[in-house]
Amino acid sequence: MSNLKIFTKGFVKENPTFSLLLGMCPTLGTTTSAVNGMSMGLATMFVLILSNIVISLIKNLIPDKVRIPAFIVVIATLVTLLQLFMEAYVPAIYETLGVFIPLIVVNCIILGRAEAFASKNTPFKSALDGAGIGVGFTFSLTLLGAAREFLGSASLFGHKFEALQPYGMLIFVLAPGAFIALSYLMVLFNKATAKIK
Amino acid sequence: MEYFVIIIASIFVNNIVLAQFLGICPFLGVSNKVETSLGMGAAVTFVMAISSIVVYLLQYYVLVPLNIAFLQTIAFILVIAALVQMVEIILKKVSPALYQALGIFLPLITTNCAVLGVAILLVQKEYNLLESVVFAVSTAIGFTLALVLFAGLRERLELADLPKAMKGTPVALLTAGILAMAFMGFSGLV
Repeated sequence: MSNLKIFTKGFVKENPTFSLLLGMCPTLGTTTSAVNGMSMGLATMFVLILSNIVISLIKNLIPDKVRIPAFIVVIATLVTLLQLFMEAYVPAIYETLGVFIPLIVVNCIILGRAEAFASKNTPFKSALDGAGIGVGFTFSLTLLGAAREFLGSASLFGHKFEALQPYGMLIFVLAPGAFIALSYLMVLFNKATAKIK
Repeated sequence: MEYFVIIIASIFVNNIVLAQFLGICPFLGVSNKVETSLGMGAAVTFVMAISSIVVYLLQYYVLVPLNIAFLQTIAFILVIAALVQMVEIILKKVSPALYQALGIFLPLITTNCAVLGVAILLVQKEYNLLESVVFAVSTAIGFTLALVLFAGLRERLELADLPKAMKGTPVALLTAGILAMAFMGFSGLV
């Protein structure tokens, strides 16, 4: 597979949210606004790229039988680094995302990529793979966040549309809206990709 | 009274799946039949109850005295993974019948973010040991309740005539959305 293909396959074909249905908890839990969704996506991408690089570097040192626990330790270490980093430099975002930052450890996307890709490929290719899937995930989260923010509070990336204010539907910012918005986005995604496939 | 508030809050008001979005993977994945979701619920309840005790002891007797509370995430996930393994081995020896019943669901629990989520939340909320256990068990009951309700809805849904793009996950999510809306009726209860 060419390097370009490794990078771009995460956008649509193997989009973690819409076609693989991985990492649903942060997808639904953190996308109350476009900015929150994007921060969660970027945080996950950071861990994903680094964990892919580290795991592909040490893949020959890990005995096959204990590889899953070893992967989890690597991922948990990176998540702890991210937690300390975010708490120091972007405390406001760290507060909003709350419990979902430590929960990146159990995000199936990361362990999935470690197992399916990084444990078989070179560090460079694994980094590309991580970046591609990360971009796909960030894109989906930002899209869902933007949709919920626009429908729920009539604003986008914190910019308020004054004329639309009376029409904001609060339900989209609350829990049920997450399910409903994702459901319809998925329908649109299926419709759009049905022709490509 | 405090315990009663914790129970009601974590089963209905802050339902772990429908209000806090933890444990969505098993919620969407295993909830096709009412029986399997009851099995999953039982396994989660079991693991959550034990892990809440272990995690509490780990946090307040190891991590805090040694001043390494920042290692919480690594320590918790390792303990939970080891615990799930251990529960599996012990159950196999002690109660083969229960092991058979929970069988496939046990290994799945390690990757269930609800278990790690509850572990982190009970430290964040500064519960004492008994409160932690009550919180963990009632959260697990809330999880089971959501799973069983959803499975019941999905069994009916299979008969529905839907547009092609809507089939499968999208309609499941939409149903979950409506169920979450129903659960919003409980907000303000405590």
